[in-house]
Amino acid sequence: MINFNKFYRLFNLISLSLVIMSILLLLFKGLNYGVDFKGGTLIELRANDKSINVTSLRQSFRQMNVGDFNVKKFGNENDFLIKIEKKDTSANAIEIIKKELTSSVGGSFNFRRVENVGPKVSAELLKSGVIAIALSLAAMLFYIWVRFEWQFSLGAILALFHDVIITLGLFSLFSLEINLSIVAAVLTIVGYSMNDTVVIYDRVRENLRKFSDIKIFELTNISINETLSRTIITSVTTLLALVSIYLFGGEILKGFSLAMIMGVVFGTYSSIYIANPVLVKLRVSQKTILKEDSE
Amino acid sequence: MLYFSKLRITLVSLVSLFFIYIASSNFQDPDRSLISKRINLGLDLQGGSYLLLEIDNGPVEIQKLQNTTTVIRNFLKDKKINFNDLRIQNKSIVFTVSKNNAALVETFFLDKESEINPYYNQYKSHQFDLIIDGSEIILSLSKYGLIEIKTSSQDQALEIVRRRVDEVGTNEPNIIKRGNNRILVELPGLDDPMRIKSLLGKTANLTFRFVSKNNNDSFGTETLQFEDGMSEALVSKRIILNGENLLDAQPQMNNQTNETVVSFTLDRVGAKRFGKATSTGIGKQLAIVLDGKIVSAPVIRDTIASGNGQISGGFTFQSATDLALLLRSGALPAPLNIIEERTVGPDLGQDSINAGVIALLIGFLLVIIFMFFKYKIFGLIANITLLVNLFFLVGILTLFGATLTLPGIAGIILTVGMAVDANVLIFERIKEECKKEKNNIIAFDTGYVKSKTAIIDANITTLIAAIILFLMGSGPVKGFSVTLAVGIFTTLFSVYFIARMLTGLYVVRNKEKENLI
Repeated sequence: MINFNKFYRLFNLISLSLVIMSILLLLFKGLNYGVDFKGGTLIELRANDKSINVTSLRQSFRQMNVGDFNVKKFGNENDFLIKIEKKDTSANAIEIIKKELTSSVGGSFNFRRVENVGPKVSAELLKSGVIAIALSLAAMLFYIWVRFEWQFSLGAILALFHDVIITLGLFSLFSLEINLSIVAAVLTIVGYSMNDTVVIYDRVRENLRKFSDIKIFELTNISINETLSRTIITSVTTLLALVSIYLFGGEILKGFSLAMIMGVVFGTYSSIYIANPVLVKLRVSQKTILKEDSE
Repeated sequence: MLYFSKLRITLVSLVSLFFIYIASSNFQDPDRSLISKRINLGLDLQGGSYLLLEIDNGPVEIQKLQNTTTVIRNFLKDKKINFNDLRIQNKSIVFTVSKNNAALVETFFLDKESEINPYYNQYKSHQFDLIIDGSEIILSLSKYGLIEIKTSSQDQALEIVRRRVDEVGTNEPNIIKRGNNRILVELPGLDDPMRIKSLLGKTANLTFRFVSKNNNDSFGTETLQFEDGMSEALVSKRIILNGENLLDAQPQMNNQTNETVVSFTLDRVGAKRFGKATSTGIGKQLAIVLDGKIVSAPVIRDTIASGNGQISGGFTFQSATDLALLLRSGALPAPLNIIEERTVGPDLGQDSINAGVIALLIGFLLVIIFMFFKYKIFGLIANITLLVNLFFLVGILTLFGATLTLPGIAGIILTVGMAVDANVLIFERIKEECKKEKNNIIAFDTGYVKSKTAIIDANITTLIAAIILFLMGSGPVKGFSVTLAVGIFTTLFSVYFIARMLTGLYVVRNKEKENLI
């Protein structure tokens, strides 16, 4: 048996400082929003001419006077991703870019993907993304409250906040792009982290019924250990699937799978080191559970 | 107890075979398989264009106010009520009447049978809100009046957009309403939406009006530019004909001038009016005005009574074809703005499918190797279950004609990783029970029973996340939530019916074996 409970305090301090750092990052550095949430134009190009590179593309876009833009390589040697931040999205902007690009750089291009999101739509997408995440947290809070007791609900929700905030903090730190699929990833992280917490909580509740003389501090440790091999195996299989998406699933899914990988790691950690210490702090005992049973 | 009737075994096997067949029919020649259903590929996988159009209802509201102003003017004259200063101001109709008449006007406007201010029974509201400020009467469109305008212009716009897209002849377009002022157009297989965009960007409001020599026109005049932007002309506001009178329009080669023209055919009313106008107006210039710009303004040389005519204006064959198409499909009630556009080329779509399939195969392989290494014979059972689960998942997506997107493929791969969780929970529980209980069969039974609440709670939390994502998400992300949610159900089914049966059969045969798992 591993004494997880010996490190409750230490890891809580580490978590707390990580969360604070993440919040500071989110407040002062902010998130790198993609076209979905900021509006603008995204173009994925494949150049058929090997001599075309980021520099030559950058030069021709500068001549086009499109405002702020960003050119980078995207996966393949001659695939490029261009993001243009202009706010007004006139209907034929893309056609003009296509024409100018062919005439200034020469060589032929294959426009693999073009996305053009107006400011109104991007604001709405951002709003609905935030609402979705808030709604999922609220739904989880409610579900656990119904299935367990409020102490459990609080522990689970703190663990969720911890996972979501640190994942977003890392995205801010490394300036990784936030787009629609990241919102999907965050929601899935919420589901996964919850899933992990619930399995341990289920065992805590079972053990609370069984042993009246063991303190919650010990009891959480027993429960974590009893479910430990399951926790590890499920994390490993989920990570195997996610790493496979990250490595082989193509450029578009990279951000999504990376967010999920972070989320699974933190979700596993938090269901042990956030969700359980909260129960200890709230002095959960057999009484907490029996009250529920008698109702 | 761990006993399974022959009937149950047969049923579970049949269901599994059914879904394996459905899932695999996706990879067969459509003509040769029994089931014609296929998983729909999303635009991000098959390539295509997604356009979100917003209807600019401002002009429609102004039009409505103008029409109502005319109606009110006639109405008040009819009732012999003196009024002053009838005008449109701040999106409201404003006029003044004497104090005595104010109450009278109020009863006219708030009458539920009123024709000038219709009453909507379903909303319990009039079209216009009425404010009486002393002698000043202010009418502004009510909340429901605005909704009514929006929905009706959305209905009309939807119809026109559909006609225009159909005329271009793209593959199975999907055109639906979004909210009450938007239209979503999905065009599978289209990798360059330029032509469609330019066709949808025009309202195509066509009018025939006389060019005025001076300002002495009783209907008023306005100065309009020619399409080339080089010159302008003074045009009467009196409309002789508009696009609604058109029966047909086709691009044509004019044999005499060797020019591309658009020839049109008018309906009976239109032909009559056109005949009259051309007979009285010989020698005058007739301006053909499209969306506020003059296409051409030919001089009338002869009476045209047949209802057939031609529009020339230096067209190329393509622009003549497009104009004819726009005229045939009719005018949009209001301008449309493209507020979101996403286009994926077909080769990127194919690349995404390939990458997704490779990631799925590798992910699946890694998981089954890990499970076999960890649980040996039970790992094998979990792996068989996982494989059948995948067939269930793909089979159900096929049966319901769900749309598979790239994030949807990610959802399937994620399901592979998370689906073994239920079996792991059960196996670990059985391991624990085996330590206390000598009888293998009882240990297995309690293992299943005791792990149930954890499995159900754990899956419901994921399901909640998926449902919220489905409700709030858009486009490809929705596809992810669908596969994730369906994956949860297929996982539970395969774990409790297939894996349970297989483990049961194995345990019954190895009742006495120690360290079974």
